[in-house]
Amino acid sequence: MGVWWGERCLPAMSTPRQTLTARLLTAPSFVWMLIFFAWPAANLFLLAFRPADVTGGVGEGWTISAWRVFQEPGYLEAIGRTLWISALTTGGCLLLALPVAWRISRAGPRWRSWLLLLVVLPFWTSFLIRVYAWRVLLQSSGPLATLLRGLGLMDEDAMLLYHPAAVVVVMIYTYLPLAILPLYAAMEKFDPHLLEAARDLGATQWQALSKVLLPTIQKGVIGAALLVGIPSLGSYVVPEMIGGLDAEMLGSKIGQRLFSDRNLPQAAALATALALLAMPAVIMAIRKRPGEEMT
Amino acid sequence: MKLPRLSTLCLAGVLVFLYAPLLVLMGNSFNLSKYGGRWEGFTWQWYERLWKDEATLTALMNTVMIGACATLGATVLGTLAAWCLHRYRSPLQRVHLVLTELPLAVPDIWIGVAMQLFFVSIGWELGYGSVIAAHITFCLCYVTTLMLGRLQSFDFQLVDAARDLGASGPQVLWRVILPVLGPGIVAAGLLAFILSLDDFVITFFVSGPGASTLPARVYAMAKTSRSLPVINALSTLLILGTFLLALAGHRLLNRRTS
Repeated sequence: MGVWWGERCLPAMSTPRQTLTARLLTAPSFVWMLIFFAWPAANLFLLAFRPADVTGGVGEGWTISAWRVFQEPGYLEAIGRTLWISALTTGGCLLLALPVAWRISRAGPRWRSWLLLLVVLPFWTSFLIRVYAWRVLLQSSGPLATLLRGLGLMDEDAMLLYHPAAVVVVMIYTYLPLAILPLYAAMEKFDPHLLEAARDLGATQWQALSKVLLPTIQKGVIGAALLVGIPSLGSYVVPEMIGGLDAEMLGSKIGQRLFSDRNLPQAAALATALALLAMPAVIMAIRKRPGEEMT
Repeated sequence: MKLPRLSTLCLAGVLVFLYAPLLVLMGNSFNLSKYGGRWEGFTWQWYERLWKDEATLTALMNTVMIGACATLGATVLGTLAAWCLHRYRSPLQRVHLVLTELPLAVPDIWIGVAMQLFFVSIGWELGYGSVIAAHITFCLCYVTTLMLGRLQSFDFQLVDAARDLGASGPQVLWRVILPVLGPGIVAAGLLAFILSLDDFVITFFVSGPGASTLPARVYAMAKTSRSLPVINALSTLLILGTFLLALAGHRLLNRRTS
C-alpha cells in the first residue's frame, strides 16, 4: 500500500502520528474482512475455472468444464424457477407489507412501537425454525391438512408440502418483516394530509395513492424489494425443507454439488452464477446502504 | 373512508400469519399426539426426552460457545470498524466500507459456499474454528452498521473537550467514549449473539462433523423426520430464548433513545 492511503482526506491538521493511529485502528477489521471475505470471494471465482478431480478435490490447470453444468438437464430450469419464485416472493411481500406498514405508521406512538416489535420479533427467531414450523403446519398428518380434509376441501392423498406454491408462501412468510420495516420508515415521514388535499382537489382514492403516496415512498419500496429479493435468489432452506424435486432452486443445486457428489468447481460455478444474478440488486443495495432500517 | 379499515384488517391478518405457525409449533410441543394432527392431551414428555438427548445438549454447548466467541470478536472488530469509518475519510476507508457492507447485501448461501471452499483451499479443517471465523465475519458487518448509526448521534466535541482538560488517550476511552457508546455496544453485541445463535445456512456450509449447532441439529432431525415432537420442544425453547434476548435488546435501545 502506498503512502497516499489514509492521509489524503483527513482533517487538514492531521499529523503523521494521527495518520498512524487511523491506520492502526482500521487494520483489525480491514485485515479480517480481507482474509475472510475478499479472499474467499476471489478464491470462489477462480475455482470455477479449475478442473474437478476424482477424489472430490480440485485439479491443476485452467478449464471452463465446470460451466458445462448448465448444459445438463434441470439446471437452466432451476435458474428460471429461482427467478420466478424470487419475483413472486418479492411481489407478495410488497403487496402484504404496504397496507401493514401504512397502518402501523398511522397508529399512535405507543401502539406504533409495540406493533413494530410484534412484526420484527418473528424475524429474530431462527430462520430455520420458522421454516420448520411450516413443515409441521403443512405435513400430511398436520393441523392444516386435517382441517382441510375434515372440511372436504382436500383429497385424502393430496399433499400441501413439496409444491412450488408452498415454497412461495413460506418464503413470503420468512421475508415479510424485511419488507415491512423499510416501507414503514418511508411512510412514517409521509404527511397523510397530502392525501386529503389530493382528494379535495378531485383525485380519486386510487389516483391519490398512486400519484401522491407512491412517489414519496418510492425509496422505501425499492429498499424493501432489494431486502427481500436478494436473499430470495439465494434460498436454500425453504426449497430443501418445503419444496420437493419440482421446486429445486439454484441454492439446492449448489448444496447438491457440495454435499452429494463433491464437485467443487461446479459448486463454485453455480455460486458465481448466483452472484451474477444478484449483482444488479446487490449494487443497488450497496449504493443505498443496506441495513439502515434494521432495529 | 374504507382505506383505514382495510389496512387494519391487513395488519391483523398479517400478525395472525406471522404468529400462527409459531404458536402451532409451540402448542404441539406439549401435545401427547406424535404427529400433531389433533390435540390428545398435555404432556412434558418431549421436553424430558430432549433433556436426555446427548447430541442436543452437545449442540447447545456448541451454540453458546460459538455465539460467545463470535459476539466478542464481532463486537470489538465491528465497533472499531464503525469508529474508523465514521471518523476518517480516505480511499482506504472507502474500501473498508465496501468490505463491511457487501457481506450484508449478498445471499448468505454464497458466503457459505465461498467460505467452505476457502477453508478447503487453504487446508483449514472444518470445525469449531471455521464456524467461529465465519460467524465473526457476518456478525462484524451487522455490528459495524448498527454502530455507524449510533455514532451519528455521538458528540465528538466530548472527546476534544476531555483532551483539552488533560485526559490521556486511555482515560478518554474509559471515561468518555465507552460510557456514552456502552448501551449501543451492548445492543450490537446482543444482535451479534442472536445472529450467531440463529444462523443455519453459513454454519451448515462451514461446519465439519462435530461442530453442530442447535439450528443444524433441528435441520438434521427434521430431515430424517425422527422424533418430531422432540424437535418441537427444542424449537419452542429456541423461539422463547430469542424472543427474550430480542426484547432485552429492544428495551436497551429504547430506554436510551427516548
